[in-house]
Amino acid sequence: MWSGRQGRLRPVGCVVEELRCRRREREAALRKARREQQLISKRLLRDDASEEAEGGCVAMILGETEIQHFLRLAQQGTEEKERERALVSLRRGLQHPETQQTFIWLEGSMRTLVGLLTSNQALLQLEAARCLHELSHSEQSAVAEACLPATSYLLTYLSGHSSDFIELCLYTLGNLIVESEAVRRQLLPQGIVPALAACIQSPHLTVLEALGYALSQLLQVKEAPEMIIPSVLGSTLPEHILRLLQPGPKLNLGVAVEFAWCLHYIICSQVDNTLLISHGGLSTLGLLLLDMAGAVQRTEDTGLELLACPVLRCLSNLLTEAAMEVVGGQNQLEDERVVAALFILLQFFLQKQPSLLPEGLWFLNNLTANSPSFCTSLLSMDLIEPLLQLLPVSNVVSILVLTVLCNVAEKGPAYCQRLWPGPLLSCLIGTLAFPDIEVVGQSLELLQLLFLYQPEAAKDFLQQSGLQVLERHQEEAQLQDRVHALQQTALHQ
Amino acid sequence: MQLPPALHSRLAGGPGAAEPLPVERDPAAGAPPFRFAARRVRFPREHEFFEDGDVLRHLYLQDVLTQVTEAPERPRVPEFTCQVAGCCQVFDSLEDYEHHYHTLHRNVCSFCRRAFPSVHLLDVHILEWHDSLFQILSERQDMYQCLVEGCAEKFKTSKDRKDHLVRCHLYPADFRFDKPKKSRGPATPGAAVRASAEAPRDDGEQSGGDAMEVCSEHAASLPEPVGERRTSSHRIPSTICFGQGASRGFKSTKKKKGHQ
Repeated sequence: MWSGRQGRLRPVGCVVEELRCRRREREAALRKARREQQLISKRLLRDDASEEAEGGCVAMILGETEIQHFLRLAQQGTEEKERERALVSLRRGLQHPETQQTFIWLEGSMRTLVGLLTSNQALLQLEAARCLHELSHSEQSAVAEACLPATSYLLTYLSGHSSDFIELCLYTLGNLIVESEAVRRQLLPQGIVPALAACIQSPHLTVLEALGYALSQLLQVKEAPEMIIPSVLGSTLPEHILRLLQPGPKLNLGVAVEFAWCLHYIICSQVDNTLLISHGGLSTLGLLLLDMAGAVQRTEDTGLELLACPVLRCLSNLLTEAAMEVVGGQNQLEDERVVAALFILLQFFLQKQPSLLPEGLWFLNNLTANSPSFCTSLLSMDLIEPLLQLLPVSNVVSILVLTVLCNVAEKGPAYCQRLWPGPLLSCLIGTLAFPDIEVVGQSLELLQLLFLYQPEAAKDFLQQSGLQVLERHQEEAQLQDRVHALQQTALHQ
Repeated sequence: MQLPPALHSRLAGGPGAAEPLPVERDPAAGAPPFRFAARRVRFPREHEFFEDGDVLRHLYLQDVLTQVTEAPERPRVPEFTCQVAGCCQVFDSLEDYEHHYHTLHRNVCSFCRRAFPSVHLLDVHILEWHDSLFQILSERQDMYQCLVEGCAEKFKTSKDRKDHLVRCHLYPADFRFDKPKKSRGPATPGAAVRASAEAPRDDGEQSGGDAMEVCSEHAASLPEPVGERRTSSHRIPSTICFGQGASRGFKSTKKKKGHQ
């Protein structure tokens, strides 16, 4: 079922240490970009395999004369193979930023390229599209924006039939989309949303993954909530996106990842989430979560966290919609298997991607906050102890774990009786000693609930020298009122 | 993190919700100086809570220096020829052939042999160029439809439509798939031959002739006159399918010869 494209998720032939270093650098750059709200990434499709077959010499930087020469050959050459080879040479040269710059400033070059793109020579068309793709990937705005004359054609070709070509057009569009608002101000009136809506009916997985990528880029841009998401929601795209996320034998990991991110960008923009709920979004995503938990148990390292992350976000945010307040409604998420699945995923995150633990716990908070049923599930499925095992991971994780435990405890004595006796109290005394004020604060909240609904716990607290730990925080401004109150409560037992 | 063994079997079991334990709240719970209140939390787009996951997503995007397809999907096969009458292109891979076929033979007007990138554009072309009823109707109502998918506008003339495309949809003024109808009517074989004989153009011009013309190297082998095809279906039926879901794959060239 998880016919993932594993080759995609691992760069080929790199030294591990080099990889790690590169990754750390890129991660730092991405964090910085995100904080500045400039998080942009582009995808590059390059047929490395066939280039090696061509006797891969290193691609050279091309000068003006050479570019003109190749363009002329491509356009006017007598022999077809010759024309094709000329374009291939141009394309390889365009891998270099210097060649790209020279190309875009050369008069008539883009016009010629567009002419080749729209010619009736299939292989020339393909090579021209590859040239455009290289240009679209550039980090330099001028280069990417030079591709604007081609966009109406790229969109037109989306309703064609050649899947390789469509895939290429989609990745190129996806790159151009994030380049600038100017590009989008052209693409939107040119009908990119209806074009994508028509194209999403393609049966080809490669096309679908490319489409998901392009759409996710479109949905991620700053002006998306006002300018783009409403028309996306008004199209047939939401139904198709949910269809492509249905678990089952046809589910493809690469495709699902892209569309899950699309859904996340839509949902967290808070434009009209009720629509998605009415299309069965909650149940689809819930079933998908179950499926992923099953897959985690079966297979190792398929990149599932890339799918789990957006799915958890979508579910968590959808749960906050007013539509969810209707108890017993058809669109409710009430299946306790979801809790089981979540914990399996939390364990997976702990091993593979601890930075995603907060997101999983956020979902658990939203599940348990207003739901006695889910709180009961946590207790009856013996999940309190595994939850406590997550406390040492980080401050953010600790706070979330404690919040979830508060969700359970605040439901009353019947719940607190299942929390104590048990390992909870000694863990709590442990978290009271954490250096982080918020962690301590949340621990105090939980203690209050525990003492209130399960007075016996206070005695145990005293016996475990809890008072001494409390005393450490007596002077802390943000904590002292609560510390004092708890000291009183404990002593009066 | 140790999970209880029963968890996995619960996952595999049927759907169900736990019967909730009785809820009984005391008003003192969460009362000042305490402040806990159980509530669902929502995070908007730019919230820093999403930073780690977003970074992960973008690392994935950037790490992808993909091969266009994985090796097994791109076998080189023994050379074969396109089986469409009059086309003599040779290929050694299915993907190249697929693209060629879809570009040149899939959406072809059987009146004038022009190829179009999509069924939609082909339909519009046939309507506007080869349908005499269209001409009559267009004198009385707006019949020229906008070419952009999703736009329902119609216009009195081809020029009005072009203006709309340029103004509202920001299309290029020389959009290649919106050529105005030539006064001499559907292209004759003679016209196509003329196209192939034309001298090559400069860099500034668009490449080798109108995109719609039949490809110049095949002009010489153009088959029977256009008139014969008028009664049959306008489009070449999609009896040849490619890729996933194809019931008839590219199994054998020998089989096709019989059908021509």
